[in-house]
Order: sequence, then C-alpha cells, then structure tokens
Amino acid sequence: MEREFTIMAYSENKVGLLSRITIIFTRRHINIESLTVSESEVKGVHRFTIVVRTTEENVIKMVRQIEKLVDVLMASYYHEDEIIFQEIALYKVPTRALAHGSGVEQLIRDNNARILTVEPDYVVIEKTGHSDETLELYKKLEPFGILQFNRSGRIAVTKQIKELSHYLKELDQLSSFSIV
Amino acid sequence: MDTITMEQEKDTAEKKTKGKQMVSGSDALILSLLEEKVDTIFGYPGGQIMPIYDALYNYQDKIRHILVRHEQGAAHAAQAYAQTSGKTGVCFATSGPGATNLITGIANAYGDSIPVVFITGQVPSSLLGSDAFQETDVVGLSMPVTKWNYQVTRASEIPQALAKAFIVANTGRKGPVLIDITKNAQNEEFLFEYERFPKIRSYNPFPQLDMEKVKEAAGLINNSRKPMMFVGHGALLSNAEKEVIQLSEKAGIPAACTLLGLTAFPADHPNYVGMLGMHGNFGPNVKTNESDLIIAVGMRFDDRVTGDLKRYASKAKVVHIEIDAAELDKNVKTTVAIHSDARSAVNALLPYIEFNQHQEWFEEFRACDKKEFDEVIKRECYPSSGKIMMGEIVRKLAEKTNGQAIVTTDVGQQQMIAARYYKHVCPNNFITSGGLGTMGFGLPAAIGAKIGAPGKEVVMIAGDGGFQMTMQEMGTIIQAGIAIKMMVFNNNFLGMVRQWQDMFFEKRYSETHMSTPEFVSIANAYGIRGEKVTEREQLDGALSRMLDCKESYILEIMVENEANIFPMVEPGASVADIRLK
Repeated sequence: MEREFTIMAYSENKVGLLSRITIIFTRRHINIESLTVSESEVKGVHRFTIVVRTTEENVIKMVRQIEKLVDVLMASYYHEDEIIFQEIALYKVPTRALAHGSGVEQLIRDNNARILTVEPDYVVIEKTGHSDETLELYKKLEPFGILQFNRSGRIAVTKQIKELSHYLKELDQLSSFSIV
Repeated sequence: MDTITMEQEKDTAEKKTKGKQMVSGSDALILSLLEEKVDTIFGYPGGQIMPIYDALYNYQDKIRHILVRHEQGAAHAAQAYAQTSGKTGVCFATSGPGATNLITGIANAYGDSIPVVFITGQVPSSLLGSDAFQETDVVGLSMPVTKWNYQVTRASEIPQALAKAFIVANTGRKGPVLIDITKNAQNEEFLFEYERFPKIRSYNPFPQLDMEKVKEAAGLINNSRKPMMFVGHGALLSNAEKEVIQLSEKAGIPAACTLLGLTAFPADHPNYVGMLGMHGNFGPNVKTNESDLIIAVGMRFDDRVTGDLKRYASKAKVVHIEIDAAELDKNVKTTVAIHSDARSAVNALLPYIEFNQHQEWFEEFRACDKKEFDEVIKRECYPSSGKIMMGEIVRKLAEKTNGQAIVTTDVGQQQMIAARYYKHVCPNNFITSGGLGTMGFGLPAAIGAKIGAPGKEVVMIAGDGGFQMTMQEMGTIIQAGIAIKMMVFNNNFLGMVRQWQDMFFEKRYSETHMSTPEFVSIANAYGIRGEKVTEREQLDGALSRMLDCKESYILEIMVENEANIFPMVEPGASVADIRLK
C-alpha cells in the first residue's frame, strides 16, 4: 500500500550529492513530493528532508541505497506521527483585497497567518503549517485574486530522543581503516 | 608582546614544508599513484589530459602505460587487470568523448563490483559549464555507475582525492570511482604531500559482525535437511574460497555458483553441483525450489539467477551473507541477514557448524546431472556429426589447459557455453561481464587479464558479433607485446538474440544475421597469426597449435549457426520450470 513517508538523510556538505540522492528515486520512477536541504544542528553536516509517496518496502530499500552513498552519514524514514513538521507558504494578493471590510484581515487572523509586507499594489501573507492548512488558506484567498503563491518543502524534526551528534560520536569511535 | 624572529619564521616554514615538495598537479597525480603502488595504467591521451601524460613521461621506468585503441577497451582492460592481479585498476582518458567512451566500461565495473580508479582530464575550471570544446559533465554522467566520483578543480585537492578514491574503490562492496581533473589543476603547482585516509566518517566498509545472527544462521544450517549454498562474486572479492569449501565440507552442503562466482568453488569438487541461473545447470535451479535452506554467500539474487521471484525458493529459509546492506532483503526476503564480507562471516560460522553429510540430498543432484548430461551435454559437447558445436570446443579447451588458463568471454551464447563447460578450478580464472552484459568485453578484458597475470595463459572466447565491437584492440596486443589466445565462435548470427527470436518471436530473425570479415586476415594485418577452422577434424590440432604458440594467436571457428543454449529458464519463468530443450 502506498502512503506518505518522510526520509531524512544527513550528509557531508559535498557538491553533487543531491543528484546522487535524487537518482535513487528517479530510477525507480518515484516522484519526490517535497525536498528541503539545509545545514543541520552539527556544523558541516547537511540534512535532506524528502517526502515521497510509495510503499514501505520501497522506502526501506531506497533509504538503504541512500545510506550506502559515500558521504552520507545516515538515513532513515518516518511516518507522519513520528515527526513534527511544517511548511511555509507565501501568498501575494492585491492590496485592494484588504480594503472595504472584505474579510481578508479576519481570514489572516483565523488562519494564524501574518502579513509580511504591504505595498501600494500588493500584500504578502505568510503562513506556516501542514500542506492541507496552507492549501486551505489558498482556497480562501483565491476569490480575492492571488498574484503569486509559493510553498516550501517540508522541514521536520523527529520525536525520537537520540540526536545526530550522538550518532556522529558513535561513528567516530568506529575503528579506522586497517588496510592502509 | 612576543615577536617572531626571522630564524623562527624560517624554522616554521621548514617544518611546514618538511617532507613536501613543490610539484604540478599532474606530477602530484603520478606521485600519488606511485604511493598507492600503481604500476600499470590503461588509457588514451587527449587534449585535456596532456599535462598528466606529460608528467607520466618522466615515470616510464616506474609505471607501464598500455595505450588502447578506444577508451572502452581501457576501462575493460583495467577491470580485468584488477580481477587477475588483485590490485586496483587504473584508467586514464581525456575529457568529452574520451570520458563518454569510458562510461560503458565504468558501468561494467560497477555492475560487477570491480575496483577501478578512473582519471579523466577536464577543461579548465574557468570554462566549466560553458559547453567548451570537449567539455562533458562526466561527473554527472558517471554518477549512477560509480561508487563515488569527484571533480578536482585545484591541484592541492589531488592527493586527498586520490587517497579517498583508492580506499572507496577497494573496500566494502568494491567498485569504480572517477576523479575528473580540470586542466588548470593539472598545471598548478603546490606543496605535495601524500597521506592515506585513516578513516572517512561517512563511510564504514567494515561492518561489525553480529554474532547472534551468526549463531542463528549456524542453527538453521545444523537443522537443515536440504541445504544449498550459493557462492557469488563476493566470495572471490573477499578471498573466501577456502572458507566456503570448508563450510560446504563440514556441513555437507551442495554448493552452486553464480556466473561471477564460478571460480570461487572448484568445479571438480564432489560438493559442487553447478551454475545457477538462466543458463545454469538443471540441478541447482530445480533444487532451489526444493531446498529448505539457502545459504547465499556474497551474491545478490540477481534476476538472471532467481527468475520469477514470486515462485523462487518457495520452501527455503534464507541466510544471506552480504557486504552491501542495501542488497539484504532487496530481492529475496531473508530469514537471517548477515551484514559482512563473505570471508569474515563464513569464518565466524565455521566453529558453530556440526558435521553433516546429506547423502540422499546430494544424490538428487546427481540424478539431475545425469538427466542434463543425457539431454543436453551429450549433444553439445560430444557430437559426432553435423557442424561444430560451441560446447565441444570449450570442452576440448578445458581438457587441453586442464582448467589452468584464464578465460575471458564476450557476452552471448559463447559466454554461457564457456561458463557451463570450461573447467573452473582456479579462483579468478574466469573473467566475464555479468551485471551489465557488455558485448565487446572479451578482447580488452583478455589484455587486462594477461597484464595482471603475465605468467598465465589467457584465452578469449568471443562470438563474431562481440569481437567486432572491440577487435581494434588487437593493435594494443601487438604494441604491448603480450600473448593472447583469441577464439572467435562464428555462427554468422548475434546468437543469443537469435535464440530469443527463435523461442519467443516466431523465428522472425530481425537484424541478427551478421556477415563477417575474414578475422584471420585482419589479425594477420596486425601481425597476429591464426587459422580458420571449419571442420571437426581440424579442431583438435588447431587448438593445440594455438596453445603451443608463444605469441598471440587467433582461431576463427565456424560453428552451428542455429544452436540454442540449454538448459534455459525462460524470462519470467520459475527456476523450477527450467527447460532442457
């Protein structure tokens, strides 16, 4: 059965690694729903957060293939209830939408969104939340005219206690190469 | 405030440069290769790798360079060299077409887990991304078929990149790596120092053996009534040949080999039951579905071995020993997965294994052998009339060489015949393209094999199709001054494709008939002697003359045009439904 999984991979910050990781999905013809790359809590270690829809069997195999890449420190996958996650959405709407008691201001309050900037011609609204929440606000703003809309990839943290830094310490303790 | 005197400054500078010398990136590359004890390189020069070739000129007494006729040949030769010498292969090519010509060979080495370090020249870093003359993104192109790759844009990166390349290529699941070096990095000068990596944080090729799993596996083996051991390439790559024999003998386990594992278990050992897979032996394929325990050692359950996975090993528990964790449970669900190289795992298993014999189980295999001999091998290897059969040639070759020659093959019917009928008794004596199935592999592989093992007889077996893909490498043979025995089985067809057309496409022989040149004449033009065999009576003498010749020699042998290779597991069929005709 296909369902949504969030894959998290930690890697050294190396050129080309993003391609190596995405190849693993594309060669299996699996679409990446969302992808975010950023520096992690450990300096020099980067973190990939990848959302895919596939079977658990497939996600296990792909995570192992990611983890075996040289330069990848670790990779794992999570169900929705094992992580805390958010996305950020920006909506650019005409400034006139706010005028004459149109209710947009109330919409912004009700949806825990906020106004980032007000210009003579347009207003930019920001909302963080799950994709269904940001989409819901999109639908509500649509009648007022949406000039631009952009939503980020998922960012997430796990509910588990073991932190990356602990894992890295374990890696450091592994014996060095005996072949040299 | 402390001040630094001129003397102190000089001292610090001396300490910094101690053991270091100012060299160009190209010299640094060669010096790094020497540090890695590289003595042979296969390659082809060109515009963007000229500084490296220029540096190589100064080290001709230390490094032998084999000039091939096409970069694909260099890649295959470097791979075969690695396989017969046990070292890491090294291959040079220039940018653009030089680099793209390597890709087939890189993919081949990747498919078969062979350690090769590929070095390509690249346009200067100021031109990267500009579609400059002979610029290709070889790092991007080779990403899916290399274990690791890296583009060097500064000379100072070269020693570290090389050190990492050699470690990555030749540890864990071995494989090809590629280092692409821009021309400015080849020319720049810097203070050279070579240091091997003590460790790479994100790369651990030596997994800790889980002894609980080892004991669990031993329990399964000790309680099994119909165990089978599948020996794969991983057994050869980890030098576990002795250990797998010990395991088989102690526990009384029939041992079968995959195509690439063929020489890991001696074919003349009483516990050997044959080759697995599509054109493997009848017994090991059929008995896979009757076995109650499969011990897979360094193999990956390739689809050519398993046939239909839904109907594969239906009664068996599976113990899988594999160095690449991503292969565990990938194709076949395992009962006990042991993440380890084959040698360590089997060594750890042995003390927990009880002596056993499984006499009746072995007899079932022997009954299969008899059936296969009567229905297939007799007519393939011992015909008395009709055109020459490929099987009888390989049988005679095995008899005359007593299995001591290194055999390299191309891909197709002759490959399967060589796999089935050569006497595989020496580890690493069978060099073939397994994972990728690359036509054109045989001849350049023979060159690399001979240079890797100069004391051994090297015999190439190719079909008329595959030989024509890389036969220009006869020029390399002559220039390198090596003796290769070439056997071209000519059926004027792309034999394996024709077989499939025969069996699955109603004999519609679409573009598989192939007219061929006079191979012996072409070889003669290169300065290689040889002869063409058309009649059975000529075969024995011709084989003797070829093997007795101290130089390279070619035998073109006209064989039965429409012979099909059996047994065969049809695509999508179960291994239990293997066909004998």
